[in-house]
Amino acid sequence: MKGTNLGEFEELVLLTIAALTTEAYSVAICDHLTAHTGRAVKLGMVHAVLNRLETKGFLKSSLGEPTKERGGRRKRFYELSTAGKTALVRAKSLRDQLWSVIPEFVFKGMI
Amino acid sequence: MRKKPIPSPPRWAQRFLEWYCRPELLEDLEGDLQEFFGRNLAKHGLRKARLIYIIDVIKFFRAYTVRPPKFLSSMNYPTIIRNYFKTSFRSLAKNKLFSTINIVGLAISMSVGLLLITFVAELKHFDDFHANYDRIYRVINTYHEPGEDPDEYASTSILTGKRIEASLPGIEDMVILNRNFQKDLQTDEKILPFRGLWASKDFFRVFSFELLSGNAEAALEAPYSIVLTETAAKRLFDKIEVVGEEVTVGDDKYNITAVMKDPPPNSHFKFEMLGSMITQDNKMKAAQDESWLHWFYMWSNYVYLVLPDQIELATVQAGLDQISQEENKQFEKRSIELNLQPLNEVVMSRNLSNQIGFNFGTQLIWILIGLALVVMLSACFNYTNLSIARALRRSKEVGIRKVVGASRSQVFLQFVMEAILIAFLSLLFSYLVFLMIRPGFLSIEPRFLSRIFLRPNPVIFLYFAGLAVVIGLLAGFFPALFFSRIDPVKVIKDISKLRLFKHVNVRKGLITFQYILSISFIIAVSIIYKQYKYALNFDLGFTTENILNIDLQGNSPVLLKQELESLADVTDISASKMVLSIGDTYSSTIKYQDPLDSTYIFYNAIDENYLDLHEHQLIAGNNFRPATTEEKEESEVIVNEKTLERFQLGTATEAIGKELTIGGTKMQIIGVVKDFHHSTLWNKMRYFAFRNDPTEYGMLNLKIASSDISVTMNRLEAAWKKIDPIHPFRARFYEEDIEAAYSETTGMIKIIGFLAFLAISIASFGLLGMVVFTTETRVREISIRKVLGATERGLFFLLSKGFISLLVIASLIAIPATYYLCDKVIFAEMAYRAPIGILELFLGTFLVISIALLAISSQTLRVARANPANTLGTE
Repeated sequence: MKGTNLGEFEELVLLTIAALTTEAYSVAICDHLTAHTGRAVKLGMVHAVLNRLETKGFLKSSLGEPTKERGGRRKRFYELSTAGKTALVRAKSLRDQLWSVIPEFVFKGMI
Repeated sequence: MRKKPIPSPPRWAQRFLEWYCRPELLEDLEGDLQEFFGRNLAKHGLRKARLIYIIDVIKFFRAYTVRPPKFLSSMNYPTIIRNYFKTSFRSLAKNKLFSTINIVGLAISMSVGLLLITFVAELKHFDDFHANYDRIYRVINTYHEPGEDPDEYASTSILTGKRIEASLPGIEDMVILNRNFQKDLQTDEKILPFRGLWASKDFFRVFSFELLSGNAEAALEAPYSIVLTETAAKRLFDKIEVVGEEVTVGDDKYNITAVMKDPPPNSHFKFEMLGSMITQDNKMKAAQDESWLHWFYMWSNYVYLVLPDQIELATVQAGLDQISQEENKQFEKRSIELNLQPLNEVVMSRNLSNQIGFNFGTQLIWILIGLALVVMLSACFNYTNLSIARALRRSKEVGIRKVVGASRSQVFLQFVMEAILIAFLSLLFSYLVFLMIRPGFLSIEPRFLSRIFLRPNPVIFLYFAGLAVVIGLLAGFFPALFFSRIDPVKVIKDISKLRLFKHVNVRKGLITFQYILSISFIIAVSIIYKQYKYALNFDLGFTTENILNIDLQGNSPVLLKQELESLADVTDISASKMVLSIGDTYSSTIKYQDPLDSTYIFYNAIDENYLDLHEHQLIAGNNFRPATTEEKEESEVIVNEKTLERFQLGTATEAIGKELTIGGTKMQIIGVVKDFHHSTLWNKMRYFAFRNDPTEYGMLNLKIASSDISVTMNRLEAAWKKIDPIHPFRARFYEEDIEAAYSETTGMIKIIGFLAFLAISIASFGLLGMVVFTTETRVREISIRKVLGATERGLFFLLSKGFISLLVIASLIAIPATYYLCDKVIFAEMAYRAPIGILELFLGTFLVISIALLAISSQTLRVARANPANTLGTE
């Protein structure tokens, strides 16, 4: 089925939203990702991905309260939908599975 | 204290974002950008923060954020579109008069547009068959002489070509052409004249003319090589496999080294044969002729270069400047500047003298486009005017549409579409008109023959469609705006509240514009016509009456003269080099005592009969003496008064006996003629010399006294055939030559005359429509006035006065404007011209106004005479 597989960046965004719990809105997601990945994450990218993930059904969003620093505009908070959670869990278990069959000597001394 | 404004992102960027963004995404996006703006403000300052904001707004313009344009969503309903078409056709059919006026007006004006589109497209395609099309450049000369404007020539010297070949690095290929290869080719069976070019060996590397047989690389390498075109080969040999055959040209034998396809119609130059340049080079070297490689021998040679892709034009230009600087050193006063002209500008270029082949000035094209545009605009105005005037009938429809939910943009779209639809209908008719006027346009210029065909291809048809869309938009924009603004409540409740006359000033303005145009066109035509007649009947300072000029085409003037003298119709015969006063010039260098003060002088070589036959006035000295059989060095010259002024030779009598150096030969002034017009009226009279060199004769001038011209011509032709059975007899009366010299003016008269006709018809149609509309809407008012005792004359005046004042305003603007335009622009460069008279200015105006009055009165009289009982009775 089209759209069930997660891209790398999509996965990162979903994980960030999960980590940020109730504070997950675009700018915060952007900051969090920048802090953790070390690369300059552009707002435009995050926006596009959020939009895409929402149309895929991995995210739900709701508007919060207007704030001053946003010029009186409301934030859009995102949270994972069940589908989003399932996709993340599936991606994780797939990885774990693959990791588990790698012989220990391959990464010896690195982990 | 004033509050300091809060720093904020640029307003226009915010608006842009609001405009393009989907509403559901907008708030969030705006908030985010605002937040980042706040951060950047703290970090980088206001300017940078605003800049980042702008960049971000532009970056967010993506497929997922942009909302689909509104009209697309409304266009998605085929039923609505079908409905638009249906209502448009119904309204077309309902108002037959208005539809006819619109469609006819648009159709005839668009036909001019179609003509120009096809014409320009064909001009653009000239020479594009050459593989190196983008990289071919022509070297052109600019001639400087102190005290005179520099002249630009398409030609250059052979020396230029040789110098470039020897010392200009980085040129891929080059060819030198000389256009004086007019020879008779002789085989065992036939002898025929052909026109061709001398071309240096790399001709076929520069140009991509197709060879049928022979080797392109070697065809023009050896001396005495000729390349024939297919047609020439067929004419001469009746076959095309002629490579290796020999032909005789004069005393020489030439080899045919290749046969090529005829140059295509869109090649700017045409020829029947090519001769190898080296033939001519060697001959000139053997004859020790220095003029061949002279820096100023620049009248009939052309140099074309192929430049490599990566080369900078400036480098090549610098090389050319270097060459001209070195060569100019030897000359004190005159100098030549070399320039490059890309091949794609050769056909459509500014005016250069000495063009080879076909060209058409860009200036003229722009004038034509400008004129066509105003005529088309005028037809658009008819549509605009009539549509708004008829708003009363359509506004209810618009009201209902709006009530059931049509938005302003939908109504706008509907009316624009309607206009485009009408434009397309007109396009069909205009194509028919285009087919009708095409032969007329092509016959205006003899140069168009077998070069310009005006055959539209599929791409051009796309341009036609584009034109229809543009015309539709132009015509429909204003009415569409008007209808889209209608308030549905008002029109449905009470139609009379519609402010129909609100735009009355705009409409008056448009009508006035149309009449200014019509009057200007017709005045321009009459002024140009007068100028043309003036030029034809101008007193040139000698007579041209009953003089027939026969082109000798290389034949001996003496033999032909003997043959013709016996004819009864020929009263006198003289010989000359060329026909004067038709724009052709020959010049030579001239010096008096100061060796450094040399300039060029126009001249004609004549025999002793010429001055009398043409009734030139000799004001001092004598005519040339009759030629004797013994050969003698040319030593005498007759000059005009201007020459005396130029070299300060004193009065005419004083000048006799003084010695001038012309073309390197010392000559004594034996006579002085009164100044006469040796060139066209566009040029001022200059210093001029008559020389007496029998070797230069190219024309016989016959004074004819005949009762039946065609019989005489037959006799002359029979006599010609005895002397020269090969070449066709070419003779023209002097007056015809002069007419031909001003053929550009006749072309202009025809084109502007046609446009004037269009402009007047369109304006008259439009006016008729407006008058019909006004009288119709005022029928009740008129009837009541009549019942109350108004006279027919009073009513006629009441209805007409508005229009008549418009006409008066239009003429008040058009007359001075056209006068100024003709006086200061069109004929500004003409050295001798007719004054612009009252007659030309007012006759045309009067004509246009009478036609307009006819249109007005036909309607107003009808209404004024109508029986009020008929109109009021139905109430």
